[in-house]
Amino acid sequence: MMKQSKAKFFSRSGLTSLTWFISLAFFFPIFWILLISFRQEKDAGTFPPKWLATFSFDNYSSVFQKGATTFLLNSAIASIGSTLIVLMLAYPAAYALSIKPIYKSKDVLTFFLSTKFLPPIAALLPLYLILQHLHVLDNIWALTVLYVSMNLPLSVWMLRSFLKEIPSELVEAASLDGASTRTILYKVLAPISLPGLASTALICFIFSWNEFLLAINVTGFHAATAPVYLVGFVTAEGLFFAHLAAVSIVVSLPVVIAGWSAQDKLVRGLSLGAVK
Amino acid sequence: MAALTHSKTENRKRRLPLYPALILTVILTQIPFVITLIISMFHWNIIYSKETHFTWFSNFKVVAQDATMRAALINSITLTTAVVLISTLFGLGLALLLDRKFRGRSIVRTLLITPFLITPVASALLWKHIIFNPLYGILDGFITQIYKAFGGNHVINADFVSNQPLVAIAVPMIWQWTPFMMLIILAGLQSQSPEILEAAAVDGAGTWQLFSKMTFPHLRQYIQLSIILGTIYIVQSMDFVFTITQGGPGTDSTIIPYQIYLTMFRKYEYGEAAAAGVIVVFITIALSTLALRFTKDILESDK
Repeated sequence: MMKQSKAKFFSRSGLTSLTWFISLAFFFPIFWILLISFRQEKDAGTFPPKWLATFSFDNYSSVFQKGATTFLLNSAIASIGSTLIVLMLAYPAAYALSIKPIYKSKDVLTFFLSTKFLPPIAALLPLYLILQHLHVLDNIWALTVLYVSMNLPLSVWMLRSFLKEIPSELVEAASLDGASTRTILYKVLAPISLPGLASTALICFIFSWNEFLLAINVTGFHAATAPVYLVGFVTAEGLFFAHLAAVSIVVSLPVVIAGWSAQDKLVRGLSLGAVK
Repeated sequence: MAALTHSKTENRKRRLPLYPALILTVILTQIPFVITLIISMFHWNIIYSKETHFTWFSNFKVVAQDATMRAALINSITLTTAVVLISTLFGLGLALLLDRKFRGRSIVRTLLITPFLITPVASALLWKHIIFNPLYGILDGFITQIYKAFGGNHVINADFVSNQPLVAIAVPMIWQWTPFMMLIILAGLQSQSPEILEAAAVDGAGTWQLFSKMTFPHLRQYIQLSIILGTIYIVQSMDFVFTITQGGPGTDSTIIPYQIYLTMFRKYEYGEAAAAGVIVVFITIALSTLALRFTKDILESDK
């Protein structure tokens, strides 16, 4: 008996160490980049690393001196702007499809889902031509609208999966009291829907901040987002490891923080609300 | 019965909140495809735009016979299959490891999901320049160290990006997508009722029996879902190819989205690019109809 539990203890702590080892190995590239980003350029390319090399914030301050701010701002406008518009459109739509679903709500949902299956590359040329025709190529608001269409279907699905859990009696009671749809949405349901809205917002933010295909093709100098800047940065500057590391961290940080704070909601958004 | 008592105006009123989102989605996702379909039947190169004319299906013939497109198709299939399968396997393994109580579990989970959050272009650049770089990269550094440890003394300068371009793209993608697979499968594991598992354990079922008879059948739909969603996201992405190899050397690592992009914005063959786009859409529709059949239950679950 004693022996068995001892063996069990060892296999358990063995598994725990294995888990820790794998997760540290997974994180290692990020740790390495973080390390390099605080180095001077001449110490960045050495292996094994000079652990005691000079520690400096120079790379980070030069990220902003070299004008990354404009691109970070563009990214912020496109991702926060599109997220807000998506919520305004998706919340009422999800309501119509969830608590007291309308006739044929399943078909509407399937339609929304099917748009996610269509490859954006096939829509790129017409979108480019339309924007060109409207003289809004290289316009951050045009990109914002494209991000709305990219995230809207996903958000309808995700919000619906949250709203579905609200008991329909609540809505029925409110409408018996004569509440309009608007009152129900923004007064009665809003407080309960807040966690759902927040996690949908985070997912939309992550997807639009990291988006690259549309951004590189419909923006130029003025409306370029942070990922577009990153690619151009390498070709324009040659190779500066320490600087590249710092820029990459600055660009990724908003999403990393958003994702860390919404870990449990991440999977729900990515799976279109299917997995809780 | 309740549905019958609603009047027609009542129904219309309840549909109203849906319209803004629905109409915008129709405009922004369906109209572009109609335009793609129309362009695909024109010979249209913007450098020679005076020669633009209607050609029926000849663009499709050109695309189907294009050796580069065919290479891209094969690479797309190879890359997507490899990335999806390997990250699903890793994800399953990690999910099983994380589905236990141990010290620091939430820290471990946080560390593991981080690769998924890093901006893909940033992570592609970092893998290319800081890890795979043949002169200064850590991979070359590691290999050289090991080589030295066994008495070797010349420099290796391992150049993975040129020698194994598809592997150099697949590895960072697997690194990025494993956390996604892990999260879905972990959610599946944690939705299992612990009472039933305990009851089975009390009845004398062993660990392996529990896994193969109870856990795995329950997980199956979650694994299917992670494979299907992963495939959709991965097959559409060209961030890594664009950043790491630009399809090269030659056409060794080009993929369909990247090749369509080149046809559009480097060769300016709008008609051909549109035709390739139409073909991709039809392949996607066929595959996703099939995929939806598998995941219908979990996607539409009305619990």
